[in-house]
Amino acid sequence: MSAPHSQIAAAFLRRKAAWTPLEAGLWCLALAAAFLFPSQQLLLSEIAILALFALSLDLIVGYAGILSLGHAAFFGVGAYTAGLFSLHVSAEPLTGLAVSAVVAGLLGLATSFLVLRGSDLTRLMTTFGVSMLLAEGANQAAWLTGGADGLSGILLEPIAGTFEFDLWGRTGYLYCLAVLFILLLVARRIVHSPFGLSLKAIKRNSRRAAMLGIAPNRRIVIIYTISALYAGMAGALLTQTTSFVSPDVLAFHRSADVLLVLVLGGVGYLYGGIVGAVIFTLLRAWLSVVTPQYWMFWIGLILVALVVIGRDRLHPARAIALVRSRLPGRAGEKAVPLSEDSR
Amino acid sequence: MTPALETQMLVKRFGGLIVTNEVSLSVRPGARHALIGPNGAGKTTLINLLTGALTPSGGRILLSGEDITDTTPFARVRKGIARTFQINQLFNDLTPLESVMLAVGERMGHGSRLFRPLFADRTVSEEAAALLERFRLADVMCLPTRDLPYGKQRLLEIALAIALQPKVLLLDEPAAGVPEEDRHEVLAIVRALPSDVTVLLIEHDMDLVFSFADRISVLAAGRLFAEGTVEEISGDPQVKAIYLGDAA
Ligand SMILES: Nc1ncnc2c1ncn2[C@@H]1O[C@H](COP(=O)(O)OP(=O)(O)OP(=O)(O)O)[C@@H](O)[C@H]1O
Ligand SMILES: [Mg+2]
Repeated sequence: MSAPHSQIAAAFLRRKAAWTPLEAGLWCLALAAAFLFPSQQLLLSEIAILALFALSLDLIVGYAGILSLGHAAFFGVGAYTAGLFSLHVSAEPLTGLAVSAVVAGLLGLATSFLVLRGSDLTRLMTTFGVSMLLAEGANQAAWLTGGADGLSGILLEPIAGTFEFDLWGRTGYLYCLAVLFILLLVARRIVHSPFGLSLKAIKRNSRRAAMLGIAPNRRIVIIYTISALYAGMAGALLTQTTSFVSPDVLAFHRSADVLLVLVLGGVGYLYGGIVGAVIFTLLRAWLSVVTPQYWMFWIGLILVALVVIGRDRLHPARAIALVRSRLPGRAGEKAVPLSEDSR
Repeated sequence: MTPALETQMLVKRFGGLIVTNEVSLSVRPGARHALIGPNGAGKTTLINLLTGALTPSGGRILLSGEDITDTTPFARVRKGIARTFQINQLFNDLTPLESVMLAVGERMGHGSRLFRPLFADRTVSEEAAALLERFRLADVMCLPTRDLPYGKQRLLEIALAIALQPKVLLLDEPAAGVPEEDRHEVLAIVRALPSDVTVLLIEHDMDLVFSFADRISVLAAGRLFAEGTVEEISGDPQVKAIYLGDAA
């Protein structure tokens, strides 16, 4: 009659990690955008890069519970590495991307020890401090970074020797989208793994996690390093699609913006960064036309509204999940929280 | 025989307050050892010291003769100590299935697997499902833990500890707060624990203590006050006075 419990368990776990139609639709739309909006490819690239940056932040904020106000450190280091690499070593974009990832990842590994202990506030301050150190360092080391002028004249070869960057930026957008897609697949795999589950446990209840024998430090070092790697690649993509690095890549507002993007889109379900990046970039583009001076005001207002009203009630994905769970005969799916932090 | 678990002159102070006062306790391997005492006697504090959640102010803790006083909580778990909590410490938005898989997976060292999906880990999910079935949690294993009735949550507390296959199991009032009609389920699970596991049970329910334990220690105001068999303790007038008197 009813299936054995081990089969029910396996089916449940499989369903929880499965692709949803919503997810698939989003990617189709993102791909279609490359052809539907030929004049907006630069804006689309910007969205994809911001989405990747916010995804990298989600890995530590949403899954490990580590707040950062200095995530631009890794973004900026990735951006500078990509610029320097293409100027001095090789102008092949994929190699540059990989090298930037490694350099940012190493920086993440080296600084991860600063976020192992302490409260949210101390973590905010140490991450903020690290990014300020780097920003000032980049500014001072003008011989390497070009100082306040940044790095320009970055010319890139075709990607993998085949795909030429075009004037309209379509290759650039497709390149960013492909990187975002692959890294999202990897992140998806990580959060649905035993390792990902242990991160959730550490974030939700560290006392019990310790009593299950989970040593948290190594897990946090690993996810922080991966997150830094992701952020570094986002920075590298910015350099490669704009052929330019300015000191702005390390600026404080970047760290603040990406946190804002993540909060806009929702923390802890992987797509928050993408949703947030779309909303944030389109809103900024639109508001800066409508009310050029006051667009920050409106963004601020939306942020406050989100926090006060509660994102759960505004969040489209969450709302769909809620409606779905209320439909009769689908009680089993009630257990699929789209936004894990909905407490 | 080397005790499974032993404390030597264990002391814990919170500022000027001495909550654990030179406690020397010895638990024989395979024992069903009960620890009783009035509210605030320091029973939970003792468990926190044994598991490493608190650092002692003095004394030593030995697990099968090995000094573990200075080891981390998670290292002690790997050496075979597991506990349940008097007040539920569960992962409210994870399902019981995921929670137990976490415990089983950590025991098997799968917790640092980054790229293998959880559902592909059949050995872990099958063991977890079997354990949940034994604990009468199979029908709710795919619901968020917070939606479980309180009695079921208490069962999950114990299941998480058992999933670690401990040598020594510390149960902190497993039936606390469970409605009368669900109590028998929790008690049945406690009575049916594998006999090779050494159990230290904290409990106020004297029926359970007397039917379960083969040895009883009495803690009062941080001190070990008496220790003996069920007959000795239940017949001790002093124990009656400080504890059984107002409990019975
Ligand atoms: N972190 C702490 N700081 C200060 N005092 C504490 C702390 N933890 C416990 N105490 C005190 O230590 C004493 C013993 O507490 P404990 O929780 O160990 O008692 P217990 O025997 O488990 O009681 P109960 O039967 O009510 O669970 C109490 O007086 C409590 O107030
Ligand atoms: Mg207690």
